Amino acid sequence: MSLFFLITAAIAIGGTLAAMTRRNPIHCILSLALGLVGVAGVYLALGAQFVGFTQILVYVGAVAILATFALMMTQGHIVSALIEPRRAFSRSSVSGFVTAAGVFSVLGWAAQSYRPLTPSTQQAPAAGAKEVGVALMHTYVLPLEVIGVLLTAALIGAVVIALPSEEERS
Amino acid sequence: MTPVAVDQIFVTTKHLLMGYVPAFWQPLASAILSVVPVLVVFPALFAVTTVLERKGLGRIQNRLGPNRVGPFGFLQPAADGIKSLTKEDVVPRDADKVVHFLAPILLVLASFIVYAVLPIGRNMVIADLNSGLLFFFAVGSMVELAVFMAGWSSRSKYSLLGAMRAVAQMISYEIPLVLAAVVVIMAAGSLSLPAIAEMQSGYTWIWPHWYVLTPWGFAGFVLFMISATAESNRSPFDLPEGESEIIAGYYIEYSGFKFALFFLGEYLGMFATSGLAITLFLGGWSAPFSFLTWVPSYLWFFAKLLVLIAAFIWVRGTFPRLRMDQLMGFAWKFMLPMTLVNVVDAGLWHFMPSGVVRGVVCAAVIVIPFALFSRRAQEGKKLQIRTYRYAE
Repeated sequence: MSLFFLITAAIAIGGTLAAMTRRNPIHCILSLALGLVGVAGVYLALGAQFVGFTQILVYVGAVAILATFALMMTQGHIVSALIEPRRAFSRSSVSGFVTAAGVFSVLGWAAQSYRPLTPSTQQAPAAGAKEVGVALMHTYVLPLEVIGVLLTAALIGAVVIALPSEEERS
Repeated sequence: MTPVAVDQIFVTTKHLLMGYVPAFWQPLASAILSVVPVLVVFPALFAVTTVLERKGLGRIQNRLGPNRVGPFGFLQPAADGIKSLTKEDVVPRDADKVVHFLAPILLVLASFIVYAVLPIGRNMVIADLNSGLLFFFAVGSMVELAVFMAGWSSRSKYSLLGAMRAVAQMISYEIPLVLAAVVVIMAAGSLSLPAIAEMQSGYTWIWPHWYVLTPWGFAGFVLFMISATAESNRSPFDLPEGESEIIAGYYIEYSGFKFALFFLGEYLGMFATSGLAITLFLGGWSAPFSFLTWVPSYLWFFAKLLVLIAAFIWVRGTFPRLRMDQLMGFAWKFMLPMTLVNVVDAGLWHFMPSGVVRGVVCAAVIVIPFALFSRRAQEGKKLQIRTYRYAE
């Protein structure tokens, strides 16, 4: 465990913790962006430069900004819900804790009892720009195209929603 | 001294100094020796540019510009710096104090970090990353977050409007910016900026192998520079600042040195994107003619940078500001289709046999869509030469 990993892991955990506990929704999004930067740092520590930088480009550069925009468009409804005091432990939190404990114990048991059938000797797969590109254009070309069609449909839908209606135009 | 020795003088000096450092401290010393020159040179360039810009704009607008402090007004940045340091740091009462404080820091930090991958001379780059270009765009996108933080945390209508404008504009123009750079990645087959600069350092007779000398490279360069102007919020795309409408946009509530930091970040971003344009299209640190290769590589880089800065100042002095709908229409209806056509063109160039036919076909693939898009943009608009009754 290197110092770099400890720092980035602390940033990732601290950022996501703050994202869950802060009251102000904009603060939450900014802390979430910080946490995602930490995750990108972990990718960098693992030697996956391409994945790490893409993480920053997509999540910090685009998703965080979009989240803030979406929030500011709808903030009027959220602020009123935030101002009224909340209890830390409501009735629903019990079921939440039980579910979280169950998921965590199963995951931990799986990680503990995992024994590789053959001791792995091969190197970790490289995730450079070239490898990602080749995988996208050969093995996963159909999912890529489907996602492209989906995103185009979403884009056209957004444009249609944003267009002024007939009454507004006249 | 031989030209090669002069060219590599900074690299050899660093190696010489590193010899005196004990092995344990060498990584730290190496980092400091690489980073400190960048931290000194580019802010100094910022100081010089502010004077040159005000002088140049003054000449364009038929006045003198700053001429009181020092010889020909060239000590003006020192006076400005002292002024902004001694000013009171006003924070609005209702502002979100923490975010308000962090925004200019994040902006300047992101503006500085991108210099890590820019090759400013032969063998002169802080970090030769395999995905250097991606790093540049990834860190550059954090500027948007800083701008949003500044505008939102000030709790002022003007700064919020400015931030919304800035973020909308930066997101819209980031797409053509990246797509304009994609053609170079296609040609060079690498995301590493030193490798891209190296690819362009050969010569045919006396002409260099710069990408800007190909049809797709020229179109890509022009599209890249337009997007870079919009990314750095400079005139004619300076709606986020629009002093006639929203006073100063997202940094209206900042005073003193924090305001100066925003200014610094903006200019550093402009230099960095210009440096990236130089590396991608103008051959990086390579000389424009084969008989000029004896001039040190870093001098070529900064000469090209100064030419691009002069072009930025010229554009700022000549073009009127766009309207918001014109700005968005230009990005989505002209820039985006043109960059996509340009990507196709670069592919054609790669697969056609080299010769005159290839040049003609690839130039036509750019020029014809350009003419069509321009004509469509003019449809339904009454365009005529404006006549001035009282001016002239």
